[in-house]
Amino acid sequence: MGTVPSALKHCLSYQHLLKEQLWIGEPAAPPPALHPGQEFQISGLPDYVKIVEVGPRDGLQNEKVTVPTDIKIELINRLSKAGLSVIEATSFVSSKWVPQMADHTEVMRRIERHPGVQYPVLTPNLQGFHSAIAAGATEVSVFGAASESFNKMNINCSIEESIEKFEEVTKSARNMNIPVRGYVSCALGCPYEGNIVPAKVAEVSKQLYSMGCYEISLGDTIGVGTPGSMKRMLEAVMKEIPVSALAVHCHDTYGQALANILTAIQMGVGVVDSAVAGLGGCPYAKGATGNVATEDVLYMLNGLGINTGVNLYKVMEAGNFICTALNKKTNSKVAQASFNV
Amino acid sequence: MVEAKRALPWLADSLRPISSTAAGSLPKQVKIVEVGPRDGLQNEKNIVPTQVKISLINMLSETGLSVIEATSFVSPKWVPQMADHTEVLQGIQKFPGISYPVLTPNLKGFQAAVAAGAKEVSIFGAASELFTKKNINCSIEESLQRFGEVMHAAGAASIPVRGYVSCVLGCPYEGKIAPAKVAEVSKKMYSMGCYEISLGDTIGVGTPGSMKEMLSAVMKEVPVGALAVHCHDTYGQALANTLVALQMGVSVVDSSVAGLGGCPYAQGASGNVATEDLVYMLHGLGIHTGVDLQKLMEAGVFICKALNRRTSSKVVQASSRL
Repeated sequence: MGTVPSALKHCLSYQHLLKEQLWIGEPAAPPPALHPGQEFQISGLPDYVKIVEVGPRDGLQNEKVTVPTDIKIELINRLSKAGLSVIEATSFVSSKWVPQMADHTEVMRRIERHPGVQYPVLTPNLQGFHSAIAAGATEVSVFGAASESFNKMNINCSIEESIEKFEEVTKSARNMNIPVRGYVSCALGCPYEGNIVPAKVAEVSKQLYSMGCYEISLGDTIGVGTPGSMKRMLEAVMKEIPVSALAVHCHDTYGQALANILTAIQMGVGVVDSAVAGLGGCPYAKGATGNVATEDVLYMLNGLGINTGVNLYKVMEAGNFICTALNKKTNSKVAQASFNV
Repeated sequence: MVEAKRALPWLADSLRPISSTAAGSLPKQVKIVEVGPRDGLQNEKNIVPTQVKISLINMLSETGLSVIEATSFVSPKWVPQMADHTEVLQGIQKFPGISYPVLTPNLKGFQAAVAAGAKEVSIFGAASELFTKKNINCSIEESLQRFGEVMHAAGAASIPVRGYVSCVLGCPYEGKIAPAKVAEVSKKMYSMGCYEISLGDTIGVGTPGSMKEMLSAVMKEVPVGALAVHCHDTYGQALANTLVALQMGVSVVDSSVAGLGGCPYAQGASGNVATEDLVYMLHGLGIHTGVDLQKLMEAGVFICKALNRRTSSKVVQASSRL
């Protein structure tokens, strides 16, 4: 390839192409009716994918810098305006363990609550659940794992003991009509145990689903999964849980997230977790990335003609905001490529 | 690298073939075309000493790769990074069973390449008129005529020619590119005698949707066994796009060690997909590549040190001690 003319940056066609690809300025449209000849529809894929934005919780929790409460609230408010329907706001866990989430009550109380947007919070136990409700939470999440060692190291109990704790939460939640989302960590590999058997993931998922979780988010916690292991794991889990109740939470630590998400979508999964700007590193691999960037997921879904209701440009702006506040470079490749043009 | 071994135990365990299902049946093996030493280095800002280039290629030759694009016989006025093309081609160890193709934009370059010992060459077309005009100052038709001269000479010398088509999923000047246009240019280059056509998402804007559309059009004109994909990761879509190509039967993939080579069209953005990340995915799918990931990672670490830059490979970032 030859030399590049310096006029390139003002190349209107590239801007135009980006606008089309990024769907900049497009209003959030309802899912289009399927008709033959619809240019980008790939058969077998869902028409609509729900994005669960975990940046403010999972993302910030894994960032080294402690973020001021005002910044957290501003981030969530900006995300609320981007068309996202679920934004994980904070975590009602002891501030001794997770200092980043110490301001959970204040965050919960002060964020703008947009109609049609859910703001789930993590509640590791009954105590956290009650605090969350007192602070105004209307949806909660519980975090299980498919690995005994991971559970032991993380929350100092066995899988079975953790299930008992969650049952207390789901029971109280049911009494109060509060929906509960269940997470299963280490679905494709564990930093302590290595390989995780798909049947184990299916077993833990089933337990969480049976106790009343409306959705199970399967997390590739250390990002080691590939389309091969994703497929095998989902096949096992889908024998126990309807696919409509499943979500995938892929980490991009080994660059596999989008390929893994695509595989999951091809198998019928219609809910994807991601974090704006790819916030949150990996506590198990120093310097490595963690969550997949919402912007990059949206770019792929837009290109597949899948509706999400989310405005990619507004998410990019929210990402730009938080990265400036954190004084860090975005992990989103779409943002990296777009903001410099 | 002991750290790396401990961090990647899943590689050995996941080498089970997966059955074909709705997700599409995948090839059992994939040929990787390593473009780091040419496409990668050409798009790096720092000029790399000749000896470093030679060492890189020699290290790559030990990884199990079967095709390593070594250099480009283009005028040093245009591409200073490749000014040492003759020295590189003559200085590298040529392992049996490994091909070291070089770029030859015209007959002059071809003759210089053959004189320097080249046994395989590549020619670069594009699916965009404006891109061709801006890049090599002629129309697509004129470029194909130039290539015709190279094909003729290559045929006479029994030298295989690989054809590249740039901008298959989007052009920095024209914007959208019609799949039919990609099919047309690919067909012409294949008919001229290129044994393989590498379809390049030059600015990385493609997604699995546009990849599928484009391949469907091209596969009507060129047999899938003669197709390769060359995805850029500028928007993070490369592996997903590659996966879709594999699901459609493509079994040759271009990539660059350490993800060398930025994108000249988006300052600070990445370009080529990293070979390490590609191999990680392929091995996880139970697809045979013949490549030793550890050795590949070592080659990547070497060149990044020489370039004084951070690797773009996520697998390497996750595996090394920082």
